[in-house]
Amino acid sequence: MSSPFHSRVAGALVDDNLHIALNRVTSRFTTLRLNALASLPHADSVRDRARAIRAHTLSRLDIYLAQFADSVEAAGGRVHWAADAHAANRIVAEIAKAARARTVVKGKSMVSEETHLNPALEAEGITVVESDLGEYIIQLAGETPSHIIAPAVHKTKEQVGQLFHEKLGIPLTHDPALLTAAARAKLREVFLTADMGISGVNFGVAETGTICIVTNEGNGRLTTSTPRVHVAMMGIERLVPTLDDLSAMLQVLARSATGQKLSVYTSLITGPRRRRPSKQSEGGPGEPDGPDELHVVLVDNGRSRVLGTRLAEILYCIRCGACLNICPVYQQIGGHAYGSVYPGPVGAVLTPALEGVEPWPELPQASTLCGACRDVCPVRIDIPRMLLELRDAGHRAGQTPAWLKLFLPLYQLAATQPALFNFGAAAARWITRALSSNGWLKRLPPPLSGWTDHRDFPAFAAQPFSAQFKNHHKGAKTQRNTKDSS
Amino acid sequence: MPPTTVQLFATCLIETLRPSAGMAVVRVLEGLGLTVEYPDGQTCCGQPAFNGGAWEDARAMARHTLDVLSRSPAPIVIPSGSCADMIVHHYPELFADDPKYGPLARDIASRTYEFSQFIVEVMGVSDLGARFAGKIVYHPSCHLLRGLGVDDAPRKLLARVNGLEVADLPGAHECCGFGGLFAVKMSDISGAMLDRKLQNVESAGAQTVVGCDVSCLLHIGGGLRRRGAKVETKHIAELLASDERGAMNDE
Repeated sequence: MSSPFHSRVAGALVDDNLHIALNRVTSRFTTLRLNALASLPHADSVRDRARAIRAHTLSRLDIYLAQFADSVEAAGGRVHWAADAHAANRIVAEIAKAARARTVVKGKSMVSEETHLNPALEAEGITVVESDLGEYIIQLAGETPSHIIAPAVHKTKEQVGQLFHEKLGIPLTHDPALLTAAARAKLREVFLTADMGISGVNFGVAETGTICIVTNEGNGRLTTSTPRVHVAMMGIERLVPTLDDLSAMLQVLARSATGQKLSVYTSLITGPRRRRPSKQSEGGPGEPDGPDELHVVLVDNGRSRVLGTRLAEILYCIRCGACLNICPVYQQIGGHAYGSVYPGPVGAVLTPALEGVEPWPELPQASTLCGACRDVCPVRIDIPRMLLELRDAGHRAGQTPAWLKLFLPLYQLAATQPALFNFGAAAARWITRALSSNGWLKRLPPPLSGWTDHRDFPAFAAQPFSAQFKNHHKGAKTQRNTKDSS
Repeated sequence: MPPTTVQLFATCLIETLRPSAGMAVVRVLEGLGLTVEYPDGQTCCGQPAFNGGAWEDARAMARHTLDVLSRSPAPIVIPSGSCADMIVHHYPELFADDPKYGPLARDIASRTYEFSQFIVEVMGVSDLGARFAGKIVYHPSCHLLRGLGVDDAPRKLLARVNGLEVADLPGAHECCGFGGLFAVKMSDISGAMLDRKLQNVESAGAQTVVGCDVSCLLHIGGGLRRRGAKVETKHIAELLASDERGAMNDE
């Protein structure tokens, strides 16, 4: 039981600051989400449509990817294909080198976390500064995101105050407005001096080659428009066919994520700065700002292997984080305990889907299968079903604990041989009744001690239900028993 | 036409740990004029094996249960949202490509109901004339609520119990942390989830936690017992079978 996963969990469960921080945010997001969906007319059918768009896109992903790449290039952008994380990082590093970029400012991008881009760029002597406030906080703290949209959710404002005091040399304060202002002042310098901006992508639009980025801080706009070069990194699955489809996705994304009807900034970027008017009729001097170069890096990194499998549905995910906020396990252990880049219910499926079940035996087990994640998912991903699929795969890969491996054949035999079932139940009745006091047991031997570590266990009943049922029917005129009808 | 006969799949937990809930189910069903069949040979639906990833073991158990339940054409009533969800949703998935058990699983799934769901949705009854003086909270178990989508039925039944006060349970829709083997394999997370549920139960100031799944009730009950709390747990049938004197009359 003492795997790294279990030690991380043990640490998380006793971390009071973590629970203060998680409670503040997850309960707020959950309530805001409910209100925001209530404000959307026909929310259920919008969600159905959003799901249908994702399913359709992924069923023809090769076609839409080709269309998207053509559209990006037609708009003046460059498209790069990265088969894996290493290739993605190398591509970005080479773009940076070619642009003689020494400072890079980054918008929030989970796919760059997935490829571990920052250390790769830093190894090339490039300075990387995160511009999303949450990402900036964890970069200062030398940590990784613990939530896919709120990377510093594990930190209280008090902890952030201490961190800024130490790292930025500002007077100690816990006032979010003052802390934000301090980060803003630091980041403004970076935006104005950075040679290159790297962003994630919320959606790519195949018909136009547009990339859509949503943020609440405006850092996405600065990252993508101020530096000379803009690199947009996206997973190959993050496409929608048309701008009309994009509008359907945006209707559910912010509502599910933060409970906003729309994020504060929704940027649609099509190509780099146009020096000359795109159409003759427009006249004028061209666009006043924007990067000279736009590079779109399409990252596979295991995704194409998931297509067509029973886990393909996880690629529908639009990274809203609603399943993390609602998950009772996430609420207890936070994101870092999972140990994977993508935490929570979606991460428990996506991580082994992309990387295989071998390195991640615990993730699919870290769920009660309560189904809350499936209920809140804007595109109705059946996460519990896929957790079950992964448990099946893990069992076949020999990941089941030894005690359970021993027990399963006995359990199977008993459940298919009623006489043996009754015998086993009688034995358990005798043992539990002998060891119990007032009908309860305080302690059970391992592995069942897991139960009695936190709760009492009841002794078996003196007379099983089947016997009581038969007694109840004794004296009744007709013996109702299915034996007669079999 | 409502059915006149039902088959009772009692579940292994009621068979071994909480037979009183099973007897209450029988009394409620018979009180509605139904003939209750108890198919011999029933054991466990196989959900723990299925949730544990041991799908071949789960299939063997599911085949056994399907054999047991297919001897009668009567609808099947299960006093557990979780076991009913297993049979209704997961049996057909387990045998999707099985030429023999596939059709059987779909047939059984189509006539399987959780107990409260059966009374309200199939029998069309919500007032059973039960009487129980006390303040309770209702814990909607996850597989009943989100698996089968049943929430109104048990609440309607409880609303018609004379003398009963149903208090609001904060965070009612949150899982109690049971999750079958999860409570053993991930017992610390499970225990932390249970603590939150128990704090909510205690803050509601009820004497009794009522639910439709003995599994969650055992988990919550074991936690209450460990805390030394004076709150008890009851399966919904135990309340619905309570008579005018507020006591069950068959024990």
